[in-house]
Amino acid sequence: MNLRRRYLRDRIMVVFVYLGTLIVLLPLGFILLHVFTQGIGALNWDFFTKPPAPPGEGGGGMLPAIVGTFVIDLMALAMGGLLGLGGGILMAEYPDHPLNRPLRLVANVLGGIPAILMGLFAFVLVVVPMGGFSAFSGSVALAILMIPIIMRATEEVLRILPWELREAGLALGLPRWRVTLSLILPAARGGIVTGLLLALARAAGEAAPLLFTAFGNPFLSFDPLGPMDSLPLKIYVYAISPYEDWIRQAWGAALLLALLLMATNYLARRAMRRG
Amino acid sequence: METENLTVYYGKNAGVRGVSLPVYDRKITALIGPSGCGKTTFLRALNRMHDLNPIVRIEGRVLLDGEDVYAPGVDPVVIRRRVGMVFQRPTPFPTMSIFENVVAGLRLVGIRERDRLREVAERSLKAAALWDEVKDRLNDPAVGLSGGQQQRISIARALAVEPEVLLMDEPTSALDPISTQAIEDLLGELKEQVTIVIVTHNMQQAARVSDRTAFFLDGEMIEFGPTERLFTNPADERTEAYITGRFG
Repeated sequence: MNLRRRYLRDRIMVVFVYLGTLIVLLPLGFILLHVFTQGIGALNWDFFTKPPAPPGEGGGGMLPAIVGTFVIDLMALAMGGLLGLGGGILMAEYPDHPLNRPLRLVANVLGGIPAILMGLFAFVLVVVPMGGFSAFSGSVALAILMIPIIMRATEEVLRILPWELREAGLALGLPRWRVTLSLILPAARGGIVTGLLLALARAAGEAAPLLFTAFGNPFLSFDPLGPMDSLPLKIYVYAISPYEDWIRQAWGAALLLALLLMATNYLARRAMRRG
Repeated sequence: METENLTVYYGKNAGVRGVSLPVYDRKITALIGPSGCGKTTFLRALNRMHDLNPIVRIEGRVLLDGEDVYAPGVDPVVIRRRVGMVFQRPTPFPTMSIFENVVAGLRLVGIRERDRLREVAERSLKAAALWDEVKDRLNDPAVGLSGGQQQRISIARALAVEPEVLLMDEPTSALDPISTQAIEDLLGELKEQVTIVIVTHNMQQAARVSDRTAFFLDGEMIEFGPTERLFTNPADERTEAYITGRFG
């Protein structure tokens, strides 16, 4: 086979690679473009500052859902972050701990469970005993969703650190927990933050776990023990409604949510590079 | 410090078998031998660095001031404070400055007095022959230093907690000749303050720096004696074969 034919084959393969990339990117670009064109019209001052209006009346906004998204997701991040970090640290730093096998099993199973079951689980675990829908129960559902993601991300970034780093700390006569807390975790900070943010982005887009936990609430609420609204919930409820102005606002909420998630993902990548 | 009939098992295999070695105070003891002969395994047994590895089992005794470091109820953390260690590759803590690295062993157990930490840092860096090179940039990240300087940071950090014994596992094998020279020069001064056990691949290094030398082969200590005697007039033919370069 001569050189020219090899060059030709090379070109053809490159074209295929580009074509494949394009085919993958096309749907993503289309979705974003569509959400943008449909949603941008709904984003105005009222959208961010007013509570929702009854159908047909026009106007109104997403303030309760926006506030609720932040409240629910941050509570979920606090709970899921703590437990996920703890599990990840245990698996990476204490590889021989007897709890690791069950923990890994739980992480794998949790990672494969559909999000709506997380909601059901939180319903049984929190809503029923507490006697009502609440933002807190929604956070529990989202936290359970986050735990396996955070656990695996934490374990992975800790494993990358050289074992010598731990030995160097231990050889100074530092107790093991101190080595983990003051030497290992700071060294892995960037990767851990990335894991937390990716888990947050993943959970923040879910409506299903919130359906029968946070439930939704047309009024602005800061009470974690009462029902609370959230953007994904609002998108779900408005999108399947028959009212045109609600559907328009659902697109607006979808655009806002997409922007928030993209921002979170961007921050996550940046934390990774810094770390 | 000394060991009595020390055996280290990796699972079923003994990496070190029945080694009884006296480590003289304020002297440098060198451990030499071919790769895989058990010298590093032996060294790590002295300050219980094998504790983290569940497949390792230790038999025999390691005596520090007459007390067995493996006796029940002895805290390995306390032992490692008295018996420090410097590793083959420099291990500066990546998130810390030069100053924070050197005083890490004190700061992280709650000693916070600024003056005392500064004083310890200066003393340790001087002892590690690094003070003049870094005194104007103590707050720079330690990872920005050269390999040889990083290794001296590791030494200064180990000295800062004032150990009685310092274990060194091929401390110059990752360094260039000039840095190696600097660390070898340092050893002679350090032995005034601290007992040193050094594992080295480099026989010339052992001959240059140590007072006593132990020759290891296949997990056993073949010969131990004053360095000069061992290198000029080895008692065992295997020692002679090794130091004359016939194997290894």
